[in-house]
Amino acid sequence: MKLDRPDERGWFGEYGGRFAPETLMPALLELESAFDDAWSDDGFVADFHGLLRNYVGRPTPLYEASRLSEELGIRVLLKREDLAHTGAHKINNTIGQALLAKRMGKPRIIAETGAGQHGVATATACALLDLECVVYMGAKDIERQALNVYRMKLLGSNVVPVHSGAGTLKDAVSEAMRDWVATVSDTHYIIGSVVGPHPFPYLVREFQRVIGDEVLKQLGGDIPDVVVACVGGGSNAMGIFYPLAGTGAELVGVEAGGYGIKSGEHGASLVAGSSGVLHGAMTYMLQDGEGQVVEAHSLSAGLDYPGVGPEHSFFKDAGVARYVSITDDEALEGFDLLCRTEGIIPALESAHAISWISKARDELAGKTVVLNLSGRGDKDVQQIAQHRGD
Amino acid sequence: MATEALAEAFRKAAAENRAVLFPYLTAGLPDVAGSVKLFQAMSDAGADGFEVGIPYSDPLMDGPTIQEAGERALAAGATMDTGLEVVRQVVESTGKPVLVMTYVNPVLRMGVTRFMERIAQAGASGVIVADLPVDEADPFLSAADAFGIGVVLFAAPTIDEARLRLVAESKPLFIYGVAELGVTGERVDRSTHAPELARRVRAATDIPLVMGVGISTPAHASAAAEVADGVIVGSAIVRCVLDAADQAAAEASVARLVTELAAAVRR
Repeated sequence: MKLDRPDERGWFGEYGGRFAPETLMPALLELESAFDDAWSDDGFVADFHGLLRNYVGRPTPLYEASRLSEELGIRVLLKREDLAHTGAHKINNTIGQALLAKRMGKPRIIAETGAGQHGVATATACALLDLECVVYMGAKDIERQALNVYRMKLLGSNVVPVHSGAGTLKDAVSEAMRDWVATVSDTHYIIGSVVGPHPFPYLVREFQRVIGDEVLKQLGGDIPDVVVACVGGGSNAMGIFYPLAGTGAELVGVEAGGYGIKSGEHGASLVAGSSGVLHGAMTYMLQDGEGQVVEAHSLSAGLDYPGVGPEHSFFKDAGVARYVSITDDEALEGFDLLCRTEGIIPALESAHAISWISKARDELAGKTVVLNLSGRGDKDVQQIAQHRGD
Repeated sequence: MATEALAEAFRKAAAENRAVLFPYLTAGLPDVAGSVKLFQAMSDAGADGFEVGIPYSDPLMDGPTIQEAGERALAAGATMDTGLEVVRQVVESTGKPVLVMTYVNPVLRMGVTRFMERIAQAGASGVIVADLPVDEADPFLSAADAFGIGVVLFAAPTIDEARLRLVAESKPLFIYGVAELGVTGERVDRSTHAPELARRVRAATDIPLVMGVGISTPAHASAAAEVADGVIVGSAIVRCVLDAADQAAAEASVARLVTELAAAVRR
């Protein structure tokens, strides 16, 4: 069972809500009503879909991956979000939120980024719509994603390094929220995933559901057996899962197993975490016995996050989707597999999903699988070369 | 009764025509015994009560100074247990009201009811939870009430009249007036928001109003004391401890600042 929207306080069952400093509460309430107003305004929706079509290049293809299918004995259809402008699904959300900020009269945008894809997508939307843009990025991520840092600068954004904590995505989100507490009157926070206090998980899902809506159209009434997507915060997964939930397709979210679940160094909040409040929402998260947030680990910066969107937590408990994990090493095998069989270099994040269908090929034999190829891997090439000592 | 100690602090200060002064320090900085001595030094210097911070890994409402204090305390082994031990000893040695300051997740991890029971046992008057808005506060308010303690709720300059009413109707121990748009931290200029916020809170309720966030100097404290029943100073106190060469220097430094602040909150 899925919910059209969370309840009035932003809860998907036992998950979500708004655990934010009071200073931000009026802005969250204003954002909710501005979004509801915009989303029921045909003009806004037309502007949004117009940009998705003519600027982002939607609909993205649903591509029959024949050689991969043959190798695995599964019929694999790839939803090619890697072909969206800027190279990942992130742009769907940033175009939507930037249009919303414009409509709300907020001239300044802040964002966090892990792998840099959301940062680039935000910088892009801000350049397009003439908004000032500041992107918070962990110092460690700035090191491993130098290419995306430079892209953001080219697009006119100011990239601010975050040194607190481990210098990764979690710390960037915290720092962006701190900025927002101080600047809330003229600033909108374009959060990059289906995380954060209500209404963010809901509105990001609504902007990303275009992925799944397109898949249903492209299948012309057929329902796939399985839908697979990687899950960090979970926006690409929610974007494809939500429209397909309840159709009979099995939904599988693939989290970052890092060095392996038993190592304790991973990003698998749903597989191995417990319920708590992180970044404004009740959700599965990685924490210790004291309720301190535990650092995540993943070779993939986009999955290196100790929490997950609350609607995924709801999906997990309600049995709407199931969640599995794939280690760093397995993800690299998935990366190679897609490069070799299809001539597509996937993002390391998406490589987790590819690896899972390869690993589960016996269970999936003969089935039709739609895999959300959430992004392209150009950003990861240098890091992989270094990792392998090439 | 711990909430009675808090009410008494407000009454006493009002009778002396001044605001109460509640300095903040992170529990476990540098350790339990050192923390307790720092609070004792502040008590001797004229503090009316204290905020004892239970450190949290991701303090969204805190600027770099309190973040650093929390990181140091956690690295030195601070836990909820050591924090509550600091609370217990500070209440015992100073006899003044103590409020626990933390974030939602450590409370949830312990269990809201168990947490309220434990801090009440330690002698705290109540709790301030930085990321708990009134909308989600009901379980915290009722659990606190069951143990004879209370919850502090916030009013920021961004609050509208409807939310302010909601805050007042929830009967918080006091209203924490957020004097600055922004996270905790030392500021140069004094708040431009505090007088207007105070006027609005006063119009809505007679629940005590205590101003915090960005109040660093005696001049800031003096201005806040003009419009509020109390003043919270956090980062500037924490800074004294972070910058001190040793425990004795830290105690002397916080005592010096608290002495100045205590004089400044006299109207």
